[in-house]
Amino acid sequence: MKLEELRFGTELLKRGFASMQKGGVIMDVVNAEQAKIAEDAGAVAVMSLERVPSDIRKMGGVARMADPEKVIEIIEAVSIPVMGKVRIGHFVEAQVLEVLGVDMIDESEVLTPADEQYHIDKKQFKVPFVCGARDLGEALRRINEGAAMIRTKGEAGTGNVVEAVRHMRNIMGEIRMLRGLDKQEMTDYAREIEAPAELVFECAERGRLPVVNFSAGGIATPSDAALMMQLGADGVFVGSGIFKSSSPERMAKAIVEAVNHFDDANVIAKVSNGLGDAMPGLDVHTLRDDEVLQTRGR
Amino acid sequence: MDAKIGVLAVQGNVSEHIDAFLLALERMGHGPSSEVFEVRNPADLADCNALALPGGESTTISRLIDKNGLFEPLRSFRGGIFATCAGMVLMATRVDDPRIHPLGLIDMAVDRNAFGRQRESFEADIQMDGLNGGPFHAVFIRAPVATTAGNAVHVLARASQGIVALEQGDHMALSFHPELGNDTRLHERFLNQLGIAAIKK
Repeated sequence: MKLEELRFGTELLKRGFASMQKGGVIMDVVNAEQAKIAEDAGAVAVMSLERVPSDIRKMGGVARMADPEKVIEIIEAVSIPVMGKVRIGHFVEAQVLEVLGVDMIDESEVLTPADEQYHIDKKQFKVPFVCGARDLGEALRRINEGAAMIRTKGEAGTGNVVEAVRHMRNIMGEIRMLRGLDKQEMTDYAREIEAPAELVFECAERGRLPVVNFSAGGIATPSDAALMMQLGADGVFVGSGIFKSSSPERMAKAIVEAVNHFDDANVIAKVSNGLGDAMPGLDVHTLRDDEVLQTRGR
Repeated sequence: MDAKIGVLAVQGNVSEHIDAFLLALERMGHGPSSEVFEVRNPADLADCNALALPGGESTTISRLIDKNGLFEPLRSFRGGIFATCAGMVLMATRVDDPRIHPLGLIDMAVDRNAFGRQRESFEADIQMDGLNGGPFHAVFIRAPVATTAGNAVHVLARASQGIVALEQGDHMALSFHPELGNDTRLHERFLNQLGIAAIKK
């Protein structure tokens, strides 16, 4: 192989990396010790961050990219891929994480947005991006900007799966609905949901999003994870759900197995048995408007 | 002979492997009596004459193979195995990470992530020994390499870091991901060597 003929950071490499995560669990970790626990439990990747979402809620203030020292500590601790979160629209935080060597960047509504108008122009980067979405239009706008993976937003840090379910049902339902439309009707629908028509056609043809679609934001138990898989997720992100539970190691392993056997209730029953307390949950209806994370970025 | 190809569906890019083998079989003139399906449990292996080990996270897949009681059934599988990326790691006799419990089906030592992190992932056209039709466009994603290989191994391609494609008996192991493109020459070669030939129309 001649080095000058190698091509790096292509769309195929970005989407290919995302597809390798399928059927897996990506876990939020804040230090090397947690990262090792996640890796030993069978996580396909870890998300490095300063604080898990439930702590971000408690702290308030501006939530930013993690200290590079933290990210490096985690990268050095594990051999599985390491992801990192940046603020919506904060392309310099993304440049920093790319230089540090993270394997995928999450442009995340869990952090305080840096730009209320524009998301990051993700095609300018060699590193792949994952972005949150609540419906098909939002997902396709992010893919059009260069996202190689989508995750439904849910409502992070609540331990309440209701919003994750809503967003997954939105996206899967909209795609199912497309199959009954002709091309003109799809073009009209694309305009209505503010998405490029070509991507709408592609969803209709393939019966799914053009990229991998994970679930996030509120998964706290093995059953929650399996529920999202049965609703059509390609895999799950678990944020506060692991390290805010009473026994993180067991919870991590149980969620990995539940995702692997998502359609086998016998296995889910077995792994859920005597797991201890899941993270404390929040009723999303009690959140003030300014406490709701999913409406950040659209 | 009809193909009965199982794709190990523990974690990773399973559906891409199913699609790639279906495309290869179609190009070889096979009809619906040749099948490609997911393998989740040991019992599913009984119906297969070939098996694909997909790409994914090798530490996760290895852990779930053990957990699901698949280790011995895979080790004693009698058909050919087509292994890419994480699958190649699992086929080795030795791996540079103690968390991996390799199947030991190909006499080779494998290093994980031999090229580096995702930013070092790349696409390249590579020359492959004995493959007609020109170079193969290969997609390497956090790819492993074989650092040493035994006498029974036939090396198909190398990079400066090590061996990236090889065969031993009925098995083929690749560092890269042919299932992410439309070139099915390696799939067809693998099936041919198993005695699953193209059907003349």
